[in-house]
Amino acid sequence: MDTTMKKLPPKPVTAKSRAIKWGGWIISIAIIIWSCTGIDFGGIKPTAGQITGAIFNGLFHPDWSYVYNGSGEDLVSQLWQTLCIAFLGTFISAIISVPFAFWAANTRHKKFWVSESGKIVLTFIRSFPEIVLALMFIKAVGPGAPAGALALGLHSVGMLAMLFSEAIESLDDGPAEAITAAGGSKFNVAVFATMPDLMPAIVSNTLYRFDVSVRSASVLGLVGAGGIGYPLIIALNYRQWSRVGIILLGIIVMVVVIDWISGAIRKKLV
Amino acid sequence: MSATDRDMLKLPKKKFKMWNWVWVILMVLGLVLSVNNTKTSLPEFFANFDQFAEIFVQMAQPDWSYAGTAIPYLVETIKMAIISTVIGSLLAFVYSLLIARNIVHNRAITGVLRFIMNIIRTIPDLLLGSIFVAVVGIGPVAGILALTVFTFGVVVKLFYEAIETIDPGPSEAIKAVGGNGINNIMFAVMPQILPYFISYALYAFEINVRASTILGYIGAGGIGLQLKNTLDMFNYNQTGMIILVVFLVVLVIDFVSTKAREALMR
Repeated sequence: MDTTMKKLPPKPVTAKSRAIKWGGWIISIAIIIWSCTGIDFGGIKPTAGQITGAIFNGLFHPDWSYVYNGSGEDLVSQLWQTLCIAFLGTFISAIISVPFAFWAANTRHKKFWVSESGKIVLTFIRSFPEIVLALMFIKAVGPGAPAGALALGLHSVGMLAMLFSEAIESLDDGPAEAITAAGGSKFNVAVFATMPDLMPAIVSNTLYRFDVSVRSASVLGLVGAGGIGYPLIIALNYRQWSRVGIILLGIIVMVVVIDWISGAIRKKLV
Repeated sequence: MSATDRDMLKLPKKKFKMWNWVWVILMVLGLVLSVNNTKTSLPEFFANFDQFAEIFVQMAQPDWSYAGTAIPYLVETIKMAIISTVIGSLLAFVYSLLIARNIVHNRAITGVLRFIMNIIRTIPDLLLGSIFVAVVGIGPVAGILALTVFTFGVVVKLFYEAIETIDPGPSEAIKAVGGNGINNIMFAVMPQILPYFISYALYAFEINVRASTILGYIGAGGIGLQLKNTLDMFNYNQTGMIILVVFLVVLVIDFVSTKAREALMR
């Protein structure tokens, strides 16, 4: 049998593409090796395996008595507070986001630097750590749920306004021009052309942000800004693993249900 | 003008949409309930606004001499992000192949594995961090583990959806000439999905850099620990410096990674 026929022809490779490929590999591997140096990998507690086992044990044998005991400190009321923080935070941020979105949207009728400056401000708000914001609000309104809601409300603007401004950029100019042509004022344009077109995008993005906010709100309690995070950190510190288990289960169920509901609503909207 | 003509000039009435009103009522109800539950009062906030503003003003005057202290911690943070992105996305790579329905045809296996993935995805990064701090103790290892799990959750979801949208043609061709499952993955699936994989890993890296900067706050290594220390000691000038360097690094990394992803997808 003729074996030469079985060989595939070599792939066409130019020197440039080979250089890019090898260069990419070498640089990435160098970066990965560099990042492994100088990190203190020691110091893992000898009890790590035991604690992991205890947490899993707690997940499968949760402390059911904590679910509801009417004291206001139980799982259900803490989760409800977390949801309320997320809702209020999202509501506040949706309102603040609208003017920011119009500032940052790069439409035809605007100078380039106006929208660019808006975009930079939004990036700054996005990368300002939520926890620092929560601590600043704790200084202003005291520890508890209000600080969490306000911090979420301000932090979410960074992402929500960016999503809104993308929706504004993709708006159709037609309706607005039609209203201007028929003698409508700027206010008329906003009320009859821009807002109706924008509403589905606003609602859908706000719902999406609500999903994210629920996750954030369950974390803010770690710094004392209300919600389920605080009982969780207490239970972790006091090694009450069955309580850690029930709180984790509660968070997971809450997030899954909220994701499911908002996903269903968003599917209907589109 | 007759009465009928005048009627013609009127615009037709909009249909009464009951659902819109139901939504408005639900929103208002939710607002009232959540304000009541959290006991938020905006007047109180504005009354104490000077305290809030004072911290902000101090942060706006960053302590430049502190940059020398902050940067080594920032480097450690970035290293943590790199390690966990690599490990997490490699795990996600294997896992995505297992839950993509055009590669593993057994619905029971993909269903169970997807359920596990969805559970992992629900846990926020800081919660993962605090659990791992409780498990392995304070230090960067806890942060790396938390970010690894987090990266896994981010990449796996995006990546398995990308795998499911690939062109089945090359796979069928390999099967037609007698290739086995490994051949199929190596020569038909991989070439199609590798650019997506790298792009999603870079995207996860962007998120990780941001997330790792605050993980230290709960003791999981990196610059977050300094963030906590400066805040606890009311050194807001130094906090401002940390936030500034983090912001600059995030900007640079976002820019580089966005450009790299655009180049990959071209």
